[in-house]
This record gives sequence, C-alpha cells and structure tokens, in this order.
Amino acid sequence: MNACAPGKMQYNDNYKGKHNMSEEVKLMKGNEAIAHAAIRYGADGYFGYPITPQSEVMETLMALKPWEDTGMVVLQAESEVAAINMVYGGASCGKAVMTSSSSPGVSLKQEGISYCAGAELPCLVVNVMRGGPGLGTIQPSQADYFQATKGGGHGDYHLIVLAPASVQEMADFVGLGFDLAFKYRNPAMILADGVIGQMMEKVVLPPYRPRRTEEEIRKTMPWATQGRTPDRERNVITSLELDPAIMEQRNIKLQATYRRIEENEIRYEKLNCEGADYLMVAFGSMARICQKTIELAAAEGIKLGLLRPITLWPFPYAAINETAKGKKGVLVAELNAGQMIEDVKLAVNCSLPVEHFGRLGGIVPSPDEVLAAIKEKLM
Amino acid sequence: MDINEIIKPENLVYSKPTLLNDNTMHYCPGCSHGVVHKLIAEIVEEMGMTQDTIAVSPVGCAVFAYNYVDVDWIEAAHGRAPAVATAAKRLNPNKLVFTYQGDGDLAAIGTAETIHACNRGENITIIFINNGIYGMTGGQMAPTTLEGMVTATCPYGRTPELNGYPLHISELVAKLAGACYVTRQSVHNVAAIRKAKKAIRQGFENSMAKKGTSLIEIVSTCNTGWKMSPDKANAWMEEHMFAEYPMGDLKNV
Amino acid sequence: MAKIKGAIIVNTERCKGCNLCVVACPSKVLALQPQKVNNKGYHYAFMQNPDDCIGCASCGIVCPDGCISVYKVKL
Repeated sequence: MNACAPGKMQYNDNYKGKHNMSEEVKLMKGNEAIAHAAIRYGADGYFGYPITPQSEVMETLMALKPWEDTGMVVLQAESEVAAINMVYGGASCGKAVMTSSSSPGVSLKQEGISYCAGAELPCLVVNVMRGGPGLGTIQPSQADYFQATKGGGHGDYHLIVLAPASVQEMADFVGLGFDLAFKYRNPAMILADGVIGQMMEKVVLPPYRPRRTEEEIRKTMPWATQGRTPDRERNVITSLELDPAIMEQRNIKLQATYRRIEENEIRYEKLNCEGADYLMVAFGSMARICQKTIELAAAEGIKLGLLRPITLWPFPYAAINETAKGKKGVLVAELNAGQMIEDVKLAVNCSLPVEHFGRLGGIVPSPDEVLAAIKEKLM
Repeated sequence: MDINEIIKPENLVYSKPTLLNDNTMHYCPGCSHGVVHKLIAEIVEEMGMTQDTIAVSPVGCAVFAYNYVDVDWIEAAHGRAPAVATAAKRLNPNKLVFTYQGDGDLAAIGTAETIHACNRGENITIIFINNGIYGMTGGQMAPTTLEGMVTATCPYGRTPELNGYPLHISELVAKLAGACYVTRQSVHNVAAIRKAKKAIRQGFENSMAKKGTSLIEIVSTCNTGWKMSPDKANAWMEEHMFAEYPMGDLKNV
Repeated sequence: MAKIKGAIIVNTERCKGCNLCVVACPSKVLALQPQKVNNKGYHYAFMQNPDDCIGCASCGIVCPDGCISVYKVKL
C-alpha cells in the first residue's frame, strides 16, 4: 500500500472509525505492522529514535497520529538512551509502553533495559537487527542473539525474547509481548531481523482494544506510580537496594519469575520433523530460508526437518532434545557466526553432531547454500 | 512564663510537614538536600497534590529522596530523570511530575536529557541542586565545580586547561523556547528559603498549567565534600558560589 | 506593645547537630549540647536561653532534618 518516499507517505489504513473492519487483510512491511499492532493493542506510548532498518515503526506511528484517536503518545526522543528511559518512566506508571531500534541503538538501550528488568517493569522493546559489530551495516543480521537472550545489560536478568518469522508475527507479537510482559512484570523483546522488518507481506491486523484507564491501572497494578492514595504507602519504582541481604532476595524473586516463564512460555514450531534424517534449527528469516531448503532437499531424496524457536528466551531445550532423537545430525542456521548453536548444543547434550551454517555482515544466504552446508558438514 | 504553657498544640507555628515522613535522612549533618526536601513536601501538601504527584529521583546523594517525601517516586538511571519524567507526564498529563537532580546527574551525564526535555517544553519541574561537586561518590569534580576549587579528582584545583570551565546550565536552559521559568535560588538562610519555596511552588504551578518546563536551580552546599562545617560552608557558598552563579530569575514568562 | 514568647521542641534523635539552627537564631537561644549526645552520637540542639525565644521559627525553617517544632504565644 504505502510508497515510502520521504515526505510522501500515504497511508490507506485510515483506521479511525474502522474498528469493525479489524479482520481486513493488509499488505505492509514488518516494521509498519508493529506500529499498527501497537495502536490496536491499546499501547499508551511509543518512544523511539531513528535508525535503519526500523525507522518505519516511528514513521508509521507519526503518520497515523494515534494521539488523536486512542490517545497513544508517540514521541521522537533525543537518543536511544532517552527513549528507553522514557519507556522506564511510562512503565513505572503502569502504562503499556514500547520502543524500537536496531542493533547499535539497542546496545545504547541496554542500561535502561537492565533497569527495567531490575525494577520489574513490563515493557516492549523491538530490535530489528542489522549487521555488526560497531556501526556495522544496515543489512539484515541475527548477531544480537547473545545480547538478547543472555542478558545484554548488567546483572542477572532475562528478557522474554520473541523471534518473528513473518509480517503477521510482527503484528501478533506486539500483543503477545505486551501480554507476557504484564503477566510476569518483565520486559519483553521482539528480536526481528532486517529482512522481517523490511519485507512486505499480507497481514491480518489484530482487533482494537481500549487503552487501560487510570482506575484499571490502579486496580490491576497496585505497584504503579499513579500518585499515592490515602489507602496505601507510597510506591517506589527502583532497582536499587544497598543491603545485600535484601538485594539477594530481590534477585531470588527475579529468578523465580524466570523459572515460571521457562515452565509456561516456551514456544516453537516444527516442520517436517517426523521421519527426517537431519534437523535444522533456525529462527526468524533464516527459518523461512530453511523451509525452502526442506523442499530442495526432498527433491534430492534428503529428508530434512526444521525446528523454529519462537521464544529465544525461554529457549526450547527439551523440544530440541526430543526432536533431535534418532536424527543423524543437526544444522543450526543463523545470520551470525554461531550464537544460538550454543543453546542447541546444550539442548542435545553431545548426543549427536551439531554443526553451524551462518553468513555474516548483512549477507542473506539462499536455501541451496544451506543445503550445501548440510551435505558438507553432516553427510 | 513556663515553657509547658507555651508548648501546646494551639500555639504551634512551625513543624516539619507531615509529607516529610519520620525516616531519618541519610544526608550529612547540615546538608541542603534536607531543606529542599522539606520545601517540596510543604508545597505538595499545600497544593493538595499528594495523590497526584509522581516524583523522579536521580543517582547521587538524592537517590534515596524516595525514602523521605511521602509521594510516589520513580528512581531514574544516572542523568535520565528528565526522560523518565517526560514519559510520566505525557502519559499522565494531569499529574504533578518533577525531577530532583544534582549537578553531576543533570549537568554532566544527563545534559542531553536536560536540554531536550526543556527544549520540548515538557510540563515538568526540574529541581537542580548545584553544589559544585559529586557528593555520593566521595567529592569528585562536577561540571559546576569552580575554577581553582579542590576536589578528589582535581586535587590541585580545577584548571580550565585540563577541565574546562564551570557549566552554567540555567543560562543555557533559559535560552530554550520550551523553558518557561528558570531561576537560581539558595536555601542557606530564612529569607533565601522563603524565596526558594516560592520559586518551587511557581514551578509546580507552571507544570500544572502546562506552561512548559520550569528549572529551579538551588545553589547548595556539600559541607562534607567541601570539607567545612555546615555554617562555614554556607558562608563559603555566599562568597564564592554566588559570584559564579548569581541568584535570581533568569527567565519568567 | 504585646510581648511575644516562644519555645521549641527538638526531636533530639533526628537532630544531627549541624549547628545551622544555632547560627540562624536571631536571639541566641540555641546551642548544641556540650556533653550529651543522642543515640547516633550527635551533640543535639537545645534551648540554652529559653527566655529569649520569640517563636520566629528561623531555627525550624533552616533545619535540614525537620527536627524542630516551634510554638508561640502573645502575652
């Protein structure tokens, strides 16, 4: 729909007054789907800073002007650092707030993300990954897997990390990410790559939900800083505790939350795994490429299966272990030098060969490169 | 006349505001923070805003401000209070939102957040405690440290060649269209405290009237960091700090 | 002319003996305890010359720790 020449953006989705047309199929970029889904979720605020390849998220929000309709606040911050701290401020008040960025910008946000985790603030962070390290490239990458799943900022914490593989999932994971964030009082991240952010696909946008009222926030989030009422003590949102005995208890509480998330929220998808001789494990756009690899391999009589982790944290260790049983080998395909492979190796616990295929620096491989890697490394 | 005849509830003319709770403050004896906390508590109480106040504390000595003033607080990362307050206010436009920050927090690591919040005209009040030193970390040089002033990281005195010049944040902010009220006050004697209270109250009223950003700089002492007794520190501040940072309104529109 | 008489109560456990009230008092009513200390070891403020207190509240206003309550009567 929308030609995205600067200054000439035209959005056909005039969503105002169209609340009953929520099942309409649209064609749009993954980044645009994030923006539409945020408004429809009833998000209270978005705070961002431009960086390729995800600037369409904020551009779309600014063009849609949700503040005129749902009252959602959209603000271009002075930096990624300011943007994540605006998220911290909004989340402290019990609001559904989010930010989006790409790899170098997400590095800048790590301090704020750690603070959000430490203060148990629900919020949503979107990373549309580009190649690194450093300024790197604006082309797609999955090289922030470690950063997203192993902490990223300082301290013992985890984000709930969702890896979309389609524009539809970009839209769906906004709501899922917020819901999980609020359920567990923990930040959630959508870890997409530049391919998913930039490609256009059809998408069914989620239905509209009203934003939470102050009364609802006070009722459902009694910890939120909405102003101290006579019936309660003052609320303080902080990650600071100088007494190590209390700080340890805070950490233990966080760890208990992470265990609950691990028990309840692991998500993955399996394709063609029954009867396959080899298993591929891939997420995001790489999983889409591997899907085609299955077809190419089948034409040559090679039986491949694919397991796609949807939650990168919590990671589907048990599912991979179970699925890999009886296979001749596992290929982990990623747009990086080998990050998720560490978790896959932990999952199968040396019970079969695990090899890696990756392209670096913004290169997106073709399905037959993956097939060639399977033949070379596992057969 | 017997003292017990005077000390009766009906004769009470001054006591700490109830919004300043009974927790003993962690500040050093004679610290200016306590006076400013007390003023904030008095004003929030007098304005009837207790149920509608969201305060943002910094990193620095005032990190624990949330232990003393009985309103809802958000403790921000170092320097980020204006960004935190920006969202808190925009998402809760009818609440009173203010930040409380020291010179290291506001004028060094948080300069960008400060300038941009003021430039956007966020409807918040920034209370800026300027004592020319990092108190919490043990008395290091701040951007506002005076030339020649000795600190732990300029032990031979601040020199412009090495460290540049004292940073005048209020003068910078006063130039920004989004700032409606910029004033420099102090709390070293009764008259100054009364004026400072008026200034903070005006800032809070500006915020509620959505007039833009108010910056209330309070030139303060850090008697421990300065290595002086509290009353000597007040005298030193009057002589040296006021020369660099003159008192009064820089902007009031 | 009506004579004004004041008195203060110091929350001695909250007092840190910073001396700012002593300096602020226009009638030289206050002093720090020369010997006695509170539980934290501070020489807390007290009315050394209670008869001179005029209840002006200067001590209370400058007190950083909110330790002082001030009372006043017109005689």
